Amino acid sequence: MIGIIRYGAGNIFSLTAALERLGIAYGMVNTEADLEQYDRYIIPGVGHAGAAMNKLQHTGLVPAIKALKKPTLGICVGMQLLTSYSEEGNSNLLDIFPIKTLKFAASTDHKVPHTGWNRVYPEKENPLFKNIPAGSHFYFVHSYFIEYNNVHTLAATDYSIKFSASIWQDNFYGVQFHPEKSGLVGETLLTNFSKL
Amino acid sequence: MTVAYQPMLAKRIIPCLDVKDGRTVKGVNFVDLRDAGDPVELAWNYSRQGADELVFLDITATHERRKTMVELVKSVARQINIPFTIGGGINEIADADALLNAGADKISINSAAVRNPALIDELAKAFGVQFVVIAVDTRLNDGINTVHLNGGRIPTEKETLSWILEAESRGAGEILLTSMDHDGTKGGFDNLLLKKVNDAVNIPVIASGGAGSVQHFVDVFEQTNVDAALAASVFHYGEILIPDLKAILRDRNIEIR
Repeated sequence: MIGIIRYGAGNIFSLTAALERLGIAYGMVNTEADLEQYDRYIIPGVGHAGAAMNKLQHTGLVPAIKALKKPTLGICVGMQLLTSYSEEGNSNLLDIFPIKTLKFAASTDHKVPHTGWNRVYPEKENPLFKNIPAGSHFYFVHSYFIEYNNVHTLAATDYSIKFSASIWQDNFYGVQFHPEKSGLVGETLLTNFSKL
Repeated sequence: MTVAYQPMLAKRIIPCLDVKDGRTVKGVNFVDLRDAGDPVELAWNYSRQGADELVFLDITATHERRKTMVELVKSVARQINIPFTIGGGINEIADADALLNAGADKISINSAAVRNPALIDELAKAFGVQFVVIAVDTRLNDGINTVHLNGGRIPTEKETLSWILEAESRGAGEILLTSMDHDGTKGGFDNLLLKKVNDAVNIPVIASGGAGSVQHFVDVFEQTNVDAALAASVFHYGEILIPDLKAILRDRNIEIR
């Protein structure tokens, strides 16, 4: 069963609705004691990464999250929190991945926020992307991105530069796109995560 | 795994549904719908056809409107796996907050932003720019593109491009630009204005007003490079089927999901 980390950053209605449609059981993690009830976790998040990090710190869950050994998936800003730093508010983050979250340079050719369906290319073999063809379109909406890294990038997308659409290290995963809004491929990814 | 990169953000096709008291109000012509007035069933049908996003425009006039909007948004978010925007009658932070928590991906603000531009700053600060779509209804007035309110009936003092640039600087994350001169004509999008606006801003632009044929979608993407195109009646009446539209756009080498 998936435990969703509750820390007040953004709405989770669409995520829980997607899990319900897919028949994936979930519950909420509000305190450290709640963590042991679950065998995997999702860290959701939208909005400002620095503000989200402050909210997460207020829960007191940060040390326990950094010590997690079970599969853990950050979505959108929830993924950015896993990195060391964000240019959004010059914020130090969880530093589980030693890579940074940077701001897109806006232009008329590459509008910011990066909004819409873009192609995602897995770069490593991993069951998170099982049955998802390389180049599938996922739904993105974000102004900050996680830099590309040979070691940590699980899947890449190109938007003026090549960035991390997904990251992976041990039990930690992140996706910049919104699987709960990405049609059938997004649902496949959530199902894959529930079986990792 | 090594795969050749084909980098490009897909152009989005967006059906727009008018909703009143929780029911769609314009006619629909889908043969396989049990209930053409049910916005959720219609939305599901569009998502299955390959729509990239949906816009629900709520024209409910009763004082119960916020409650009916929230219920609609929850029903859509429960059942639809693509993003959607809700617009119509959003006047304050509390409206936006209720819709966000019900599962809306974006809100579209029109008159309220023109009357109180600082609302854009407040919404962007509270919810992030990605949540804030500014809808602009424009019509030529003495040769000048002018922002209008109430579906094009009430002219304002604002010149369209300068208002859009102000909205961008205040924190709009996207512009939904409807040409009232083209809307309902089925004569094609207002490509000259759309190109002018699209070339002037660094946020996504959705073209609206005038779609009558598949060629009009080809034209708007080829001639203006806007990010998305929105239409209502051509989709509702089955005059254009989304799979056919996307096949033709793909043939023209326009990036499509």
